Amino acid sequence: MDLFSNLAMGFATAVTPYTLMLAVIGCFIGTIIGALPGLGPSNGVALLIPISFSMGLDAMAALVLLTSVYYGAMYGGRISSILLGIPGDEPAMMTVLDGYPMAKQGRASDALVISGVASFVGAFLATIGLMLLAPVLSRVAYQFGPAEYFALYLLAFCTLGGVGSNNQAKSALAALIGLGIAMVGLDQTTGMERFTFGEMHLMDGVDFLVAIVGLFAVSEVFVFIESHGKNSAIGVKLGKVTVPWGALKRTWGAMLRGSGVGFIAGILPGAGASLGSFLAYVLEKGVAKDKSAFGKGAERGVAAPEAGNNAAAGGALIPMLTLGVPGSGTTAVLLALLLTLNITPGPLLFTERADVVWGLIAALLIANVVLLIMNVPMVKIFVKILMVPSYVLLPGVTMIAFVGIFSLTGSGFDMQMMVAFGVLGYVCRKLDIPTVPIILGILLGNAMEDNLRRAMVLSNGDWGYLFQSGISIGLWTAAILGFVAPLFLRGFLKKPALPEANED
Amino acid sequence: MAADRIFGLVMALVALGYLLSAYQIQTSFLSDPMGPRIFPYLIGGFTLVCALILVVRPDANAVWPGLATLLQLAIALAVLLGYASAVRPLGFLIPTAVAAGVLSWQINPKPLTAVLTGVGLSVGLFVLFKMVLGLGLHAFPRDWF
Repeated sequence: MDLFSNLAMGFATAVTPYTLMLAVIGCFIGTIIGALPGLGPSNGVALLIPISFSMGLDAMAALVLLTSVYYGAMYGGRISSILLGIPGDEPAMMTVLDGYPMAKQGRASDALVISGVASFVGAFLATIGLMLLAPVLSRVAYQFGPAEYFALYLLAFCTLGGVGSNNQAKSALAALIGLGIAMVGLDQTTGMERFTFGEMHLMDGVDFLVAIVGLFAVSEVFVFIESHGKNSAIGVKLGKVTVPWGALKRTWGAMLRGSGVGFIAGILPGAGASLGSFLAYVLEKGVAKDKSAFGKGAERGVAAPEAGNNAAAGGALIPMLTLGVPGSGTTAVLLALLLTLNITPGPLLFTERADVVWGLIAALLIANVVLLIMNVPMVKIFVKILMVPSYVLLPGVTMIAFVGIFSLTGSGFDMQMMVAFGVLGYVCRKLDIPTVPIILGILLGNAMEDNLRRAMVLSNGDWGYLFQSGISIGLWTAAILGFVAPLFLRGFLKKPALPEANED
Repeated sequence: MAADRIFGLVMALVALGYLLSAYQIQTSFLSDPMGPRIFPYLIGGFTLVCALILVVRPDANAVWPGLATLLQLAIALAVLLGYASAVRPLGFLIPTAVAAGVLSWQINPKPLTAVLTGVGLSVGLFVLFKMVLGLGLHAFPRDWF
């Protein structure tokens, strides 16, 4: 069996005492990051990329550490959803709906254990799905030429804009801002300067890590100061944690359904974990006989979205690894990580750097087991950490952001640019403009232009070449549909309101 | 409403500037059929369209902070920009303590807690990053010792 020999090779590269230690540390940090309101998987991983890079970790070690953080944050988001009624990160939003009512009924420990096991089931099944599907998709991706890649990038922007935002013009604007920033620097083909305005620092372009840390982490400072850190009080006490075997037995169907839906949502470009957990919740409510229990502390309403969001996190890795097109903010950050490590995702990755792919998959499986252990018996530790007051936490996170960029680039100019991106992120947040397309634009802009130009070289300047193959026509159609269809589906996909936190 | 319109107008102006700047990109004689200008033209053009859509059809916006909060935000911005310029020449410890202290004070206006937070974070992070993780940070200005 090819699969097993590959997997064995993956474990052989990923399992050393050193990387196992990194996996444990990564899972621990990740769960904390996920649990803290305001810090999610994307800004958590973003903060740690420059630091792990400056530490001189090799590619495998950095991958193990940061994927553990990624999965850990997906697990951790539920903790504050359940205990505080505030989602620790966006994908954990649906867990609030039933998790917080359960906690108020004195069943916080049950909710935490059910959601922890659901997270494990979702993430584990998705990792298996990734192992089976990614190699197949990478074979399809071999047939992609420059025209198809250009259409694929467009598809990612369109679906991300269509699904992830309430206003298409705003998300398109965000993507265009990102693409515009990506153009800064020396043109790859001709070596001519573009948009540098004679500034030496801009010759190499804008470092995407500077943009990511600024948009995701530094912008948080401004949001926090504006809200005066109101969201930091602990809501519900947690008693002794026991495993509710009966409840686990009752919810395993919900977990499996949630995993399936979440996994598919994760694969779709632009959809990501938030949509995965949302659809999993809606489906579970749809198939349940007793719908009235949902929103008032239904066990299945906790299990399904948690399985869904973790499965989506695994599914989202598929387009990122095989095509180099991330489907969500967090996978965009992981793409940034791979690019920093000089690993270019795409179909070639599976043949030329099979060790990286299978090592990564092995790392995900390891992280999952570690996280299950951490998040069920040891969950109380994380609850303690949630009590760190925001007036310590926020300055700390900010300083870590600066240290990361400073030790990576050593330049005051880059740090000032990071602060500027922080301001941009704050303004975008206020205007309801999504920031993920900006990141995606900066990450993919040069590849997108490069593919377009190569297509034009092949066709000698004939733009009709972009629509000649069946694959590219399909991608263009999907892109247009993905951008336009949500206009009509918006009424249907309306998100249910969150329960008021601390209402009593 | 107004905020969307203003942002749309600003972005439209930026797009025009971008197009103008793209027009001035030098082309090499060794260029491909498309050259380095077309893609920036496309970006600038679409940005202009989206920005104008925003001007014509703005959304209802979130509440903007009052004057006092804006002042706080301006202080935070000044602190961050100052920190970005200061940490290289002045070393890690002093700017970090000041910046972390001010941010802490902005969230929780108790001077003593803020001072303790600033100093604690500065020393704690230095120990963590320099000694445990081995990053190249300098504690103090280089000409002190």
